[in-house]
Amino acid sequence: MKHTISVLVENHSGVLSRISGLFSRRGFNIESLAVGPTQDPTISRITIIADGNEYTVEQIEKQLNKLIQVIKVKTLTKDECLARELLIAKLSVPADKRSEVMTIAEITGAKVMDLSLTTMTLELCDTYANLKRFEEIIAPYNVIELVRTGTIAISKGADTITAK
Amino acid sequence: MKMTAAQAIVECLKAENIKVVYGYPGAAICPLYDALLDAKDDIKHVLVRHEANGGHAANGYARISGKPAVCIATSGPGAVNLVTAIATAHADSIPIVCITGQVNTDQIGSDAFQEADITGAAEPFVKHSYLLSNPDDLPRVFKEAFYIAGSGRPGPVLIDIPMDVQKAVIDFKYPKSVSIRSYKPTLKGNFNQIKRFVSSLEKAKKPLICIGGGVFASNAQKEICELAKIMQIPVITTMMGLSVFSDDNPLFFGMLGMHGVPVANKAVNDCDVLFLVGARVGDRAVRAPLSIEKTTKILHIDIDPAEIGKNIGVDYPLVGDAKLVLQDMIKLAKPMEHNDWIEYLNSLNKPDEFVKMPKGTVNPREFMFKLSKSMPADTIVAADVGQNQIWTATGYKFKDGGRFITSGGMGTMGYSVPAAIGAKMAAPDRPVMVICGDGSFQMNFMELATAIQHNVPIKIIVMTNNRLGMVRELQTNGYDDRQIAVALDGSPDFIKLADAYGIKSCCVTDDKSMDKAIEFIKNTDELCLVEVVVDEMAKTL
Ligand SMILES: Cc1ncc(C[n+]2csc(CCOP(=O)(O)OP(=O)(O)O)c2C)c(N)n1
Repeated sequence: MKHTISVLVENHSGVLSRISGLFSRRGFNIESLAVGPTQDPTISRITIIADGNEYTVEQIEKQLNKLIQVIKVKTLTKDECLARELLIAKLSVPADKRSEVMTIAEITGAKVMDLSLTTMTLELCDTYANLKRFEEIIAPYNVIELVRTGTIAISKGADTITAK
Repeated sequence: MKMTAAQAIVECLKAENIKVVYGYPGAAICPLYDALLDAKDDIKHVLVRHEANGGHAANGYARISGKPAVCIATSGPGAVNLVTAIATAHADSIPIVCITGQVNTDQIGSDAFQEADITGAAEPFVKHSYLLSNPDDLPRVFKEAFYIAGSGRPGPVLIDIPMDVQKAVIDFKYPKSVSIRSYKPTLKGNFNQIKRFVSSLEKAKKPLICIGGGVFASNAQKEICELAKIMQIPVITTMMGLSVFSDDNPLFFGMLGMHGVPVANKAVNDCDVLFLVGARVGDRAVRAPLSIEKTTKILHIDIDPAEIGKNIGVDYPLVGDAKLVLQDMIKLAKPMEHNDWIEYLNSLNKPDEFVKMPKGTVNPREFMFKLSKSMPADTIVAADVGQNQIWTATGYKFKDGGRFITSGGMGTMGYSVPAAIGAKMAAPDRPVMVICGDGSFQMNFMELATAIQHNVPIKIIVMTNNRLGMVRELQTNGYDDRQIAVALDGSPDFIKLADAYGIKSCCVTDDKSMDKAIEFIKNTDELCLVEVVVDEMAKTL
């Protein structure tokens, strides 16, 4: 089972290596990890997508909480959270195939970021599942490079995760 | 007040009431040592003979004083040598503050001479660590380090300080209080849950208390003994909880686990409510937690929420400091009786029987037994790792006020001698004994010099079987007795070794010399060594 775990941490050097070290030495599987600053410059927020059963997630939460620089840990349930991830893909596209790719972009909501004589670069910001589908759709078009940011997530409605 | 950061470190140590530090100098930590010279009337520096032993000595000191103790090492090899001690303290939740020198700030990351990324290397084994790059942060960092090491679930904290930072001049003021927004250990237990604890113990027909090292960490020995007495609940301990209960307490049934006594293990299997107090149910303590989970109601107090439900499924979890929780429980507890259950356990309790050993050797458990009968109640026993440790744990009968210390979680050979040095310095009036094997002694006997130099009169007992006994036994039982790399041929004559260090010694080879040696151990107030010759095939249990 995949879980979305939000972690508020002190915005200090070393925090990320502590967290990634914790995951590897305790044998927790990370699918993706995304980190960035928040509205409070002293706090960074990490979104981790981790794989495991209920026991594992509980241990992940508790072990994360033991790290001194971790301020708050919360697992967001699928139904209550808004999640997005950015994907950028570079396709090798001959001129006669461009319009075909353009149609795919239009239908999926992807944007063409860059165009060259031989390539097209697309970006798509969407959910994990939709990006996966998108990857399948563009697969036949000679994908020569593909990057993803990892998922970031926030809870729906008025719910917030705060340092307090 | 303006001073160098190195002088400020000394002021921090004084403010934390640190009287002794264990260390080993080198270039990168010289500024701190220079400042320590000016403070030598307030802070005694003990030069150990290996950094790991400095860490173990601080560990022993911390266990006995109940407060964080300090060790110091230089950068690179000095710091890396400390890692074993940091891991050892971490595994047993012992509060030590480790100070290491580091190369100059502008050299960090350049593979400079004696540069080692010690905060990186020690990361899996610290409760927290700091690489101090801004000298102005120093007072806050030290205040936090001592607080973090000693509060909540205690553990080692590392402060790595570049040489240029040590030399920088700062405006020193030691903070009065600590506030770390992300670190607020839960001390007071949830009262409703405490009530539930008491009522399920009341309903139990065959309740059992299992005590771990957390009881020492929270200084809750008195409380747990009182609760057990009021409710008449039998008690067993893990290796870390050994010596909380006096052996002659009628409620006490010994140590559980792979190397524990049968009655304690039987008690765990047969009880209907198991009350874990500061015990994490490690794999050496309970081999098959799943089978116990199914048949037994489990209550667990721990200050570390992550330990609850980690190794064993729990019916009632309770996060809090054992002492405070037990105080609340005592207030609610009604006197109970469990005569049948206690009688049943007593019927399983076989009296100690000591088989005769080959000529020229003695039965190690008989030696422990007799030794414990003769030593004062408040004796501190530091056991090393191996058969010697288990002989001590199961053969030595602790009395009220006695204390057993050992490397339980990490099982670090070489722990005993330096830890005993630390323990003795924390409690100069109590007898402190080391029990180690001839293998483990050869990992740490260089610390005899430390004990002599700083006049720390510990009593060292070396159980010589000319083998890495516990591994030999493993090979005997699990590998068709195909012994490899367990013979300790080439070991020195330990009596001559004692002579070389100028310390008194004697050797035990039979019953007569055993009795004499026990008198010698009891009555010798200076550093001394006793060799106890044990058969190479002697069993652990
Ligand atoms: C540093 C370290 N290395 C290796 C081991 C593995 N080990 C566990 S017990 C043991 C033998 C200990 O021998 P000795 O000190 O002579 O004690 P005995 O078992 O003979 O009483 C060894 C090698 C260990 N625990 N620690």
